[in-house]
Amino acid sequence: MPPVELLLMLLLIATVIVVARLKDLFAAAMLTGIASLLAAGLFVLMDAVDVAFTEAAVGAGVSTVLFLGALSLTSRREKQERTKILPILIVVATGAALIYGTWDMPAYGDPDAVIHHHLAPELIAETEEKIHIPNIVTAILASFRGYDTFGEVVVIFTAGVGVALLLGGLGLRRRNADGEEES
Amino acid sequence: MKAPSRVREMPILRVVARALVPVILLFGLYVQFHGDFGPGGGFQAGVIFAAGLIIFALVFGAEALRQVVPVVLTERLMAAGVLLYGAVGVLAMLLGGEFLNYSALDPLTTGHYGQHLGIIVIELGVGIAVAATIMRVYYAFVGRRPGEAQTGADPALDTGAGGEAS
Repeated sequence: MPPVELLLMLLLIATVIVVARLKDLFAAAMLTGIASLLAAGLFVLMDAVDVAFTEAAVGAGVSTVLFLGALSLTSRREKQERTKILPILIVVATGAALIYGTWDMPAYGDPDAVIHHHLAPELIAETEEKIHIPNIVTAILASFRGYDTFGEVVVIFTAGVGVALLLGGLGLRRRNADGEEES
Repeated sequence: MKAPSRVREMPILRVVARALVPVILLFGLYVQFHGDFGPGGGFQAGVIFAAGLIIFALVFGAEALRQVVPVVLTERLMAAGVLLYGAVGVLAMLLGGEFLNYSALDPLTTGHYGQHLGIIVIELGVGIAVAATIMRVYYAFVGRRPGEAQTGADPALDTGAGGEAS
């Protein structure tokens, strides 16, 4: 693994271990933002710039703000509890299974990997002449798989409606500029 | 005017936010409309745009942002984005193609222009829907009334809601 990616990966691991151990929830929320920023850096190094945009804006930015918003409604410190063995065992077992799963995956960037020989060569060769869109990712997401993307937008819309109904229904809207409920 | 919280009294934050927010919003628009050629697209543009507006709210208060982008507007834009996307698909059907077959939008040429047009418009729909949804979720979080446990709340946890909590 190249040194910069190794460094980012080690920092990422260190950050999430600290997040899991911290009792100060404010610090934990800020560190999850840092973890997202490190992940965004890794995505940039993997040439997935658009994923990095999203991770930096949503993971490091918006979701940290939402964590803080939730924290402002509750206590800043986690309750002291005895460390439980069973949850740790389940987490470690799941993590080990996932790492075991990666052993069968082709090496990162391996040109002989199956995924690079299925549809990819055809799409890379023909997208430009078929629809004249230089960005193949955009062409696939917006045009070839327009149905999927439409579904995703509906999912996002549904999520927004769900949050609006659960957390901030009509009360928010009826509140006037002075912060008083009208009804 | 309520007593400003600690975050909003910091001149450095105010000056930096004033300088950064327009640049972030402009970058969001760039990612939106340059998505055909560079990395990005509607989703990325939507989250960047919303994040820029949320920074504004963090420094100047959610109430200030709500005057620019009212809650009702975010709800309407959420639906408008989805409908814009769907309308392109239906329009393609009315022009004789399949649902979301953008080539049908431009029957005169070989379809390249229709693809460009279709992708730009649906990406705009995605961007509007995503930005509005994130704004709406943010409003839902900061709009909640703190409970009794909130008395003596930590000002460091200010997410822009402080100005309206009575």
